[in-house]
Amino acid sequence: MTTLIATPKPSRPWARRTPRQIFISALPVILPIIAAFAIVSVTDLRGKVGFTFAWLLSTVVTIAIWPTIIGQPKVRGDLFLQTAIGIAVLLFVAAVMWVLSSVFVPGIKSFQWSLLVGDGSTVEVDTPLNQGGLLHALLGSLIVVGGATVISVPFGILSALYITEVRGKLVPYIRFFIQAMSGVPSIVAGLFIYAALIVTQILPFTGFAGSLSLAILMLPTVARTAEEVLRLVPDELRSAALSLGGTQMRTIFLVVLPSARSGLITAIILGVARVAGETAPLLLTAFGGNTVNLNPFSGTMATLPWYIFSQMSLGTENDVARAWVAAFTLLILVSLIFTLARILTRKKS
Amino acid sequence: MSMATGVTEPERRVISTTPRVADRIFRAVMTFGGVFSFIVLAAIFFYLFQRSAPVFQEFGFKFISGSQWVSGDGLAASQGSTDPAVFGLFPMLYGSVLIAIVAMVIAVPISIALALGIVFYLPKRAATSFTLITDLAASIPSIIFGLWGYFVLVPHAVYWAQLLHRYLDFIPLFDVAYPTYDQSPFVAGLVLSIMIIPIITSVSREIFSQTPLELIQGALALGATKAAMIRTVAMPFGKSGIVGGAMLGLGRGLGETVAVFYVINLVYDQTNWISILESNGGSVASLIVAKYGEASSFELAGLFGAGLVLFVLTLGANLIATGIVNRTVSKGGKK
Repeated sequence: MTTLIATPKPSRPWARRTPRQIFISALPVILPIIAAFAIVSVTDLRGKVGFTFAWLLSTVVTIAIWPTIIGQPKVRGDLFLQTAIGIAVLLFVAAVMWVLSSVFVPGIKSFQWSLLVGDGSTVEVDTPLNQGGLLHALLGSLIVVGGATVISVPFGILSALYITEVRGKLVPYIRFFIQAMSGVPSIVAGLFIYAALIVTQILPFTGFAGSLSLAILMLPTVARTAEEVLRLVPDELRSAALSLGGTQMRTIFLVVLPSARSGLITAIILGVARVAGETAPLLLTAFGGNTVNLNPFSGTMATLPWYIFSQMSLGTENDVARAWVAAFTLLILVSLIFTLARILTRKKS
Repeated sequence: MSMATGVTEPERRVISTTPRVADRIFRAVMTFGGVFSFIVLAAIFFYLFQRSAPVFQEFGFKFISGSQWVSGDGLAASQGSTDPAVFGLFPMLYGSVLIAIVAMVIAVPISIALALGIVFYLPKRAATSFTLITDLAASIPSIIFGLWGYFVLVPHAVYWAQLLHRYLDFIPLFDVAYPTYDQSPFVAGLVLSIMIIPIITSVSREIFSQTPLELIQGALALGATKAAMIRTVAMPFGKSGIVGGAMLGLGRGLGETVAVFYVINLVYDQTNWISILESNGGSVASLIVAKYGEASSFELAGLFGAGLVLFVLTLGANLIATGIVNRTVSKGGKK
């Protein structure tokens, strides 16, 4: 007697996949590539463009018919999403690697240690790279960013403390304003310092003015990260400190802040990473220069981003090479800061 | 004296909830630190508004809607100038928006795919290291993107633009009047898209990872494939969050300066409506960088006005975005 009810075949989704299954699941990726090669060699489509077009076309066709061929029409959606995600990941990683390698290759090629010792005072337009260097810009960057850190970190941590410790009525508003501040375009921050301090002749073009404009950009990053780490401090610690008779101030300084120390350092580092490469505000505030200037309160000050900007604008072969070296140095600096932040966050969690 | 009992009774301590003076001062300091961000924002608005008053008095709304940026002899017509300066921001303003839109069209689909991949598809370890790559990309300084865009990308982008023009020029978007192709909104949008993908990806990733687990498991238990689960559960849940992330990216894109400055050819007196492949565009932030160096005080007022418009625009985009994202995140019920 034949039964009309089909017995569902037990599938074991948790089982380890056999090589044959893996091969079948890889076919929708392999087939379009083979098809594209075939199309390019048979038809008039030629070159990279032709190949890309043929590959895209055969991928679409594969997604459309493959699920029907293997008798699982429901996997079409998954196949489509996986392909889309695969392409997106490859494209993005390729783009990032392209940017990084295009800085590293010329940067390493023309890098000389003497560039880290000399300043720009002997450098004219198109001077060969063995003369002078970017010491003035490197030191300037450190001073300007250091100044921005000193200015913005206290305010950033105080506003985070207001949100996590005072917990007053203003909390939603302060969050709102910090968020709003994080969207201020960098050029506007520079323009503001320029309008408020430099045009009014309260300050001339100085490294300090540059620090102020960077501090505006840095504050929201520090505040938000600090808020997140301070929120991780358990309330029991606060209660214990208060019940031992500590004032709120002592609780914060002796218990809350020390227990969030590594997180706060991360907040500062992320803030530094945010502004280390900023160019636009510095054009309007710290401006630039050719010699080492260690005094942020007097005279214009060169910074690495400004140096890249100005060398690039000169456009001769040696100047562009200098711009690439400076970009390479800046990238190394930023990656170091980034790695430091990563290591610190990993320790915490 | 209580000598009779032989026990000294300690003085009663006063228990009160009023904070001490030191605490009150410190609370005031923290409150000040909190309010400081508001003070800065207000000061930015105030100073830019005050400094740009001359151009708004001279041109009124024409400053935003006009299509001319003539430095002239640095004086306004009302000041009795023979070669009057005329400032109209519209081509720059529209150019900024156009570039940002090109960047978004490229960046949003890729970012959504990346976020879906990180949250739902990639194995845990691959997802972690890929998140690291996006974070790293977010920390590359914009001047480096400018340098890369100008020297490395432009030659390739010109080739891609030629291809688009050759095969798709029946679409008005890809039609060009002057076939130079470099420094076009298309190239600027390409550079910008790489810069905003990390932002949109990280917001969308955050939103997707907040999708209620019981809904996901419910969908899967009902026999949905992963794609069906994403279509019916994750996407509806994260939709507005993605919009918010995209708006954040838009705000970033509108305000980006140096990376765009090098790869756009600023044309001040003519609005390039849709020919994105043409070497003709605008960007408010780049206008400021291009002009501030030799600006007269009246033109400087114009640049402050441009900065004010940019500030208001990005602030608006940012606040709408934050509102949307926060609403979605709190909907997830976490915390």
